[in-house]
Amino acid sequence: MSERIEVRKTYKLYVGGKFPRSESGRTYEVTDSRGRFVANAAWASRKDARDAVVAARGAFAGWSGATAYNRGQVLYRVAEVMEGRAAQFAAEVAAGEGLSETKARAAVDAAIDRWVWYAGWTDKLAAVLGGTNPVAGPYFDFSVPEPTGVVAVLAPQRSSLLGLVSVLAPVLATGCTAVLVSSKERPLPAITLSEVLATSDVPGGVANLLTGDAAEIGPWLAEHADVDGIDLCGAGTTAMELERSAAGTLKRVLRTTAEEPDWTADPGLSRMTPFLETKTVWHPIGV
Amino acid sequence: MSVFEYAPAPESRSIVTLRPHYGLFVDGEFTDGGGEPLKTVNPATEEVLGEVAVGTDADVDRAVRAARKAFTRVWGPMRPADRGKYLFRIARLLQERAREFAVLETLDNGKPITESRDVDVPLAAAHFFYHAGWADKLDHVGLGAAPRPHGVAGQVIPWNFPLLMLAWKVAPALAAGNTVVLKPAETTPLTALLFAEVCQQADLPPGVVNIVTGAGDTGRAVVEHADVDKVAFTGSTEVGKQIARAVAGTQKVLTLELGGKAANIVFDDAPVDEAVEGIVRGIFFNQGHVCCAGSRLLVQESVHDEVVAALKRRIGTLRVGDPLDKNTDVGAINSPEQLARIRELVGIGEAEGAQLWQPEGQLPDRGTWFKPTVFTDVTPAHRIARDEVFGPVLSVLTFRTPDEAVAKANNTTYGLSAGIWSEKGSRILSVANQLRAGVVWANTFNQFDPTSPFGGYKQSGYGREGGRLGLRAYLKES
Repeated sequence: MSERIEVRKTYKLYVGGKFPRSESGRTYEVTDSRGRFVANAAWASRKDARDAVVAARGAFAGWSGATAYNRGQVLYRVAEVMEGRAAQFAAEVAAGEGLSETKARAAVDAAIDRWVWYAGWTDKLAAVLGGTNPVAGPYFDFSVPEPTGVVAVLAPQRSSLLGLVSVLAPVLATGCTAVLVSSKERPLPAITLSEVLATSDVPGGVANLLTGDAAEIGPWLAEHADVDGIDLCGAGTTAMELERSAAGTLKRVLRTTAEEPDWTADPGLSRMTPFLETKTVWHPIGV
Repeated sequence: MSVFEYAPAPESRSIVTLRPHYGLFVDGEFTDGGGEPLKTVNPATEEVLGEVAVGTDADVDRAVRAARKAFTRVWGPMRPADRGKYLFRIARLLQERAREFAVLETLDNGKPITESRDVDVPLAAAHFFYHAGWADKLDHVGLGAAPRPHGVAGQVIPWNFPLLMLAWKVAPALAAGNTVVLKPAETTPLTALLFAEVCQQADLPPGVVNIVTGAGDTGRAVVEHADVDKVAFTGSTEVGKQIARAVAGTQKVLTLELGGKAANIVFDDAPVDEAVEGIVRGIFFNQGHVCCAGSRLLVQESVHDEVVAALKRRIGTLRVGDPLDKNTDVGAINSPEQLARIRELVGIGEAEGAQLWQPEGQLPDRGTWFKPTVFTDVTPAHRIARDEVFGPVLSVLTFRTPDEAVAKANNTTYGLSAGIWSEKGSRILSVANQLRAGVVWANTFNQFDPTSPFGGYKQSGYGREGGRLGLRAYLKES
């Protein structure tokens, strides 16, 4: 009896809740850690990035306007669906990062747990970061955190799932919408995560994932006037130039570090506060 | 009788002793600067108030080294409660010398004495008092146990609220354990230098606060100095972008409080007289030299004529003139440069087809002045509806529905502040939710408090000043 020929997947971008190919028609070869061919991934272009920004902007009002409880449930649902895909994620992480099956599975578990952790933050941020202000006058005065808007995320190049989740989930938890550029050499977990997002009640356009080269797309996103913030995590040597470009529209910038952070460490609020604004409202007290 | 005539009620300036020459304040002492001194002028009279030293790169370097030394040896290691005590002292000294500060501020800036006396100086003292209490409670700011200061803070402040902006910058920096190099605005350096005397009277250790006067080049030297860890700037969006670019790629932490083009939204159910007071306070307070000024009046179409008529009546009673006069409502424009900017934008407003209105009355012969100005028939595309004028110029636009009001209010690259006038609480909260602005005043305007975070969305900058959030900008997790 002959062995079954497997059905292979076409790897595409995730923009506006749909899975388009790159408008440029470009793909690039993805190999595993030993250099063996794995797939042809879509090689996102400037135009794809701009389409993704349009989608993210369009989704912002709905996502930021949803109740924090609702956002929390939607994000928790993502973790539920990730759990069902754990084996697939583990295989991709093992192949891409050259990890043992056990270590890859541990990274997947940590990624799912990290997502759950952020899902639980949506309705606590206001209490932790906001509050009432005892002003010296007859006013009720309160401050609340609000999402910045559209955030471009250059995902880490090495940690293809735990790192990816650790930069995407905080942006979504704040109520921002995201345009993410995956690890260039290890894009498969980002594509699988796209499929998870597409099947877990996250509205189209809230998270847009592009595979390709952050060094190529990053400058367009850093300059783009309709992008409000940028996480430079995976920017590598281009980080300084991107921060300069981002200054042109005063984007909120989360800087990168020379080495990728220890993704297993408790991140605290450090990846959420850069993409939160604070609104203070004054109202008179009187009869 | 002309509208602006009235019996004078001048505040005496005898409480202020002007000096012919003012130095830089570095390492606890007044020293000369290497640059060509500049003259600071009373904008209401064109009187030269004194010559002020200009800090060069070398002077800034000297100040940063003094600040670093004070941070490492004295201020950083000091018991937090003791740091707090110095700040309490400063708060009390500001209160004790409040009248002197108020008169000097009015002389140097041109703002009405009632405002420097009742707003700027008391708020500055309040900021020090508030932050003094934080110094030994830093574990509670939300950055975990024992958060650490950044080190040396380089701070550049504007001319519209010289002492108050100093307080917003210096008080949280010191409370958190940083030391400071501060560059006041070139046209309003005098209260900062009087503040240096307060630091001496408080026996604040040398080098904890350094004040380097000068113009843009001096500010650039402060911002770009390699040994500055934290940069805080209040001023124009244009300069803010330059600073953001300059610190890119460094480890410097940056907060920016920049320009604005605030919408002041008046709904048809708002009590007209109250709203008119709020509109006037929103745009003519401090001659409109306010980043959060309510410079775009969005009035519901059905009450437009009534509101504008009442507004013009009220503006007709505003007293423009001698800032030292206690009856004055609107003082002098701070500098000829700013006056030229206002005139240019007002000229563009007329050329683009908006209707200009100004009250009757004569302006003083000497000094820099501009009449309170209202433009009607303004469209969202007009420059006067988009560009920050930073002067007493109001643009009036209309809307029909709450959605349209929100859309128009948010149709700007800025996002510092906004106002809402309505009797309906649910409407106020709904509109406040949708406005992309850092401070929303409902049925009031231009209120400030040290406990209340202030700062912008979008290109009005980032970071907050005031409250726990403002303090956090001067700390990092340990």
